[in-house]
Amino acid sequence: MNIQGRKVTLHDMSLRDGMHPQRHQISVDQMVDIAKALDAAKVPLIEVTHGDGLGGASVNYGFPAHTDQEYITAVVNAVSTSKVSALLLPGIGTVDHLRMAADCGISTIRVATHCTEANVSRQHINLGRDMGLDTVGFLMMAHMISPEEILEQAKLMESYGANCIYCTDSAGYMLPDDVTERIALLRSELAPETEIGFHGHHNMAMGVANSLAAIEAGANRIDGSAAGLGAGAGNTPLEAMAAVLDRLGAETGVDIFKLMDAAEDHVLPIMDEPVRLSRDSLVLGYAGAYSSFLLFAKRAQAKYGVPSHEILLEMANRKTVGGQEDLIEDIAMEMARKRG
Amino acid sequence: MTKKFKAAIIGPGNIGTDLLMKCLRSDIIEPVWMVGIEESAGIKRAREYGLRVSTDGVDGLVAAFDEAPVDFAFDATSAYVHAENSRKLNELGVMMIDLTPAAIGPYCVPPVNLDAIMADTPKDNVNMVTCGGQATIPLVASVSRVQPVAYAEIVATVASKSVGMGTRDNIDEFTRTTSAAIAQVGGADEGKAIIIINPAEPPLIMRDTVHCLTKDPADAEAITASVKDMVKEVQTYVPGYRLLNDPIIDGNRVTITVEVEGLGDFLPKYAGNLDIMTAAGLKTAEMIARRKLAAG
Repeated sequence: MNIQGRKVTLHDMSLRDGMHPQRHQISVDQMVDIAKALDAAKVPLIEVTHGDGLGGASVNYGFPAHTDQEYITAVVNAVSTSKVSALLLPGIGTVDHLRMAADCGISTIRVATHCTEANVSRQHINLGRDMGLDTVGFLMMAHMISPEEILEQAKLMESYGANCIYCTDSAGYMLPDDVTERIALLRSELAPETEIGFHGHHNMAMGVANSLAAIEAGANRIDGSAAGLGAGAGNTPLEAMAAVLDRLGAETGVDIFKLMDAAEDHVLPIMDEPVRLSRDSLVLGYAGAYSSFLLFAKRAQAKYGVPSHEILLEMANRKTVGGQEDLIEDIAMEMARKRG
Repeated sequence: MTKKFKAAIIGPGNIGTDLLMKCLRSDIIEPVWMVGIEESAGIKRAREYGLRVSTDGVDGLVAAFDEAPVDFAFDATSAYVHAENSRKLNELGVMMIDLTPAAIGPYCVPPVNLDAIMADTPKDNVNMVTCGGQATIPLVASVSRVQPVAYAEIVATVASKSVGMGTRDNIDEFTRTTSAAIAQVGGADEGKAIIIINPAEPPLIMRDTVHCLTKDPADAEAITASVKDMVKEVQTYVPGYRLLNDPIIDGNRVTITVEVEGLGDFLPKYAGNLDIMTAAGLKTAEMIARRKLAAG
């Protein structure tokens, strides 16, 4: 692989995707502490939002310890060179949340839809672009459709004003060839000035390998998470990604030893439970279910006595998409009834 | 035979045509006009059913109103043109039932607040909220009539094929309108709405989860009974409205899940989200018509 001299923007997810394993309970102080460590490591972009994006505070997904506004404001004020992004899922958050986040000082808004539903993002991408934000279209569960279908959706987001399009492996299902096909087609067909990104989950232990495949095929933004803190088996471990890119001679501008410090000394200590490649998260990746279903399935297991990995398998079989957490308890009840 | 009240349907698309099929079965509402802005499959179909048609918008109806007057008009067009449609027809004494997101008139969820809306001063325009609102607000109200609800949240999961471009272009409007109506009509202090669109094939049937946080610990027995009564009430106009499990009650959290299968009149059965809008619109007209009959 030759990616010598390629410029790659690393984007940390620990304070957004990492909210899932922490049940959205990361404190403002912990966020500030981690953000400062990432800032010291010169990580260019840090995402800060409820795990399910702006406005995600809910019974369905979990109420966070603080509001998006409190988190974003605190982190924006804590960093010197890092910029802050927020995630927004139309259908959960609205343009009102986007305006609030912009007022708090985010530089980047990432508008996320299921990979086939890009046309619900028009108003949010339009507004992000109009406000002069770095505006990203984020196509989730991208393993579920063909590269050609993803391209069609990516072109919609590009037409609304997104300057960067993400191929998002929300289930951690993809293998490197899947990533290569998708990213290469996006790179050849989208405008040359449109950036391309890849967001991985480590459910099949493919986080770093998939991200490298993405870079080789033309992506220049890569999501990862310090110490991997994220849904499922976590995101691509950012410190490992940075170290690999350094060895390959790609340019990230990140201080890899300080990033290792951030992961080891600041993120690891706050983990409720180790984020690891457990049986449940492997099933997520193997079968293709949304990574943040993990804790909900575990809770359903505790309440109804049915194995969480079987619930997750059923969620994948039913072709569920991100946000359908409310189905998990139903499935568990149904499985429990069948078992008598 | 009881007197039938005459109605116009504005918007000969899928929603308007489904509404037409339902109106044709009504024992008290008779569809006499289909209003479009051009020749279309929907206009042609309405003509075949013997309706008068306008291809010149509401103006065509207004011009011939003396020959074929109506008591009710259903507007299944868009928020952009609804205000004008409503103004022109209200001037002729027509009661407007608004299926668009315009919401000029009060929110109306028939089994919950229609009687209250019409009780004091008769209104000439009511708004049918959103599909998610029609499917879930009865359930929120069924909890809030038992005990105070501090917060209610709904999650509507719908088939991608059942979500039209109007909703997609302005999905925030769904979120905002539904949230507002959960509080105003459902009786919760605060409301929140989430919509999830799933493209699976075959298309999934609309599914709605309602979470209520009661101020005091939830009275499981009374709430369960109230929810079941309300489900029966909604089933009188949406037979495919089904409670999936008994309400899950945990401290002050009440979670209720329903599935909404449409009648498949013109819209496919999985599109319960659209069916419940047309069914609720017709139910509203029928309830108002019966009030008028009763009042003489």
